[in-house]
Amino acid sequence: MWTYEKKLQYPVKVSECNPKLAKYLIEQYGGADGELAAALRYLNQRYTIPDKVVGLLTDIGTEEFAHLEMIAAMVYKLTKDATPDQIKEAGLEGHYTNHGVSLFYHNTAGKPFEVQHIQSKGDPIADLYEDIAAEEKARATYQWIIDLSDDPDLNDSLAFLREREIVHSQRFREAVELLKDERDRQKIF
Amino acid sequence: MSGSKSYKPYVSPNDPCDPIKEKSYQTPPHLYMGLQKKDLEQYSPEEALKKGTLWPALFDSYKGFPRKTDGKESNR
Repeated sequence: MWTYEKKLQYPVKVSECNPKLAKYLIEQYGGADGELAAALRYLNQRYTIPDKVVGLLTDIGTEEFAHLEMIAAMVYKLTKDATPDQIKEAGLEGHYTNHGVSLFYHNTAGKPFEVQHIQSKGDPIADLYEDIAAEEKARATYQWIIDLSDDPDLNDSLAFLREREIVHSQRFREAVELLKDERDRQKIF
Repeated sequence: MSGSKSYKPYVSPNDPCDPIKEKSYQTPPHLYMGLQKKDLEQYSPEEALKKGTLWPALFDSYKGFPRKTDGKESNR
C-alpha cells in the first residue's frame, strides 16, 4: 500500500503564462520516456527481480509518481487560464478539441500513452539495463525541455527532476553490480 | 572527467543553416562512479532537498543550449 503526502516533492513555480511550455512538458507526462511509463515499468518489474533489488524498484517507482504529479502541476498551471486564442497560439488546439484544458496522457505530438512504451522481460539484467536507458532518456528529455524553455522558475524544478534521473540511473547501475557480485557464490577449488 | 564533452563535426559549404561548429553532449558524474563509496561528503538536508541529491559527487548542473545575447554566447 501507499501513503500519500499532500505536497509536491519539489515546489513547482511558473513565472509566465506560456501554454506552449505545457506542450513540451506533456512529453514527460504521457510520452515513452515519461514519468508514467517509468512508474509503471518499475512497479511491474519488481515482482520478478531478485530480492536484493525489489525495494529499489519499489522506491524509485513510487518516486516517479511524485514526479508525474510535479509535471501535472506544471501543465495545469500553464493551461488552466489559457484563452482559446492562447491555446491556438501554443499549438494546443488539437488537445483542446478533445480534452479542453484537462490533462491527458499523451506525448508532445499528441500520440496517446501506450503500454508498449515499457517492457518487462523477466531477465533481471535485461530489465535493469532497460531501466538505466530509460533514466538516461528521461534525463535527455529534461535537457531538451530546459533548452526550449526560458522560464527560470520552471527550469529550476526541471533541473531538480533531471538530477533525480541521474541518481536513479546510478542506483540501477549499482543494482546491476549487486546482481553480478560473486561474493555469495559457492567456490569449489 | 564528468560534465560535458564536445566534438567538431564536418561542416559542408552547402549546409543550409548557420553551422554549429562544436557540438556537445552531457556526461554526468554517475557514468564514472561505479558502486558508490562509503562515507562520501554529504550536503546538509536542506541543501540536498534543493539539489535533488544528498551527494555532491552526484550533482550535475545543466546549463541549457547556449543562447546568443548581444552577439555573445550565453549560458544563462
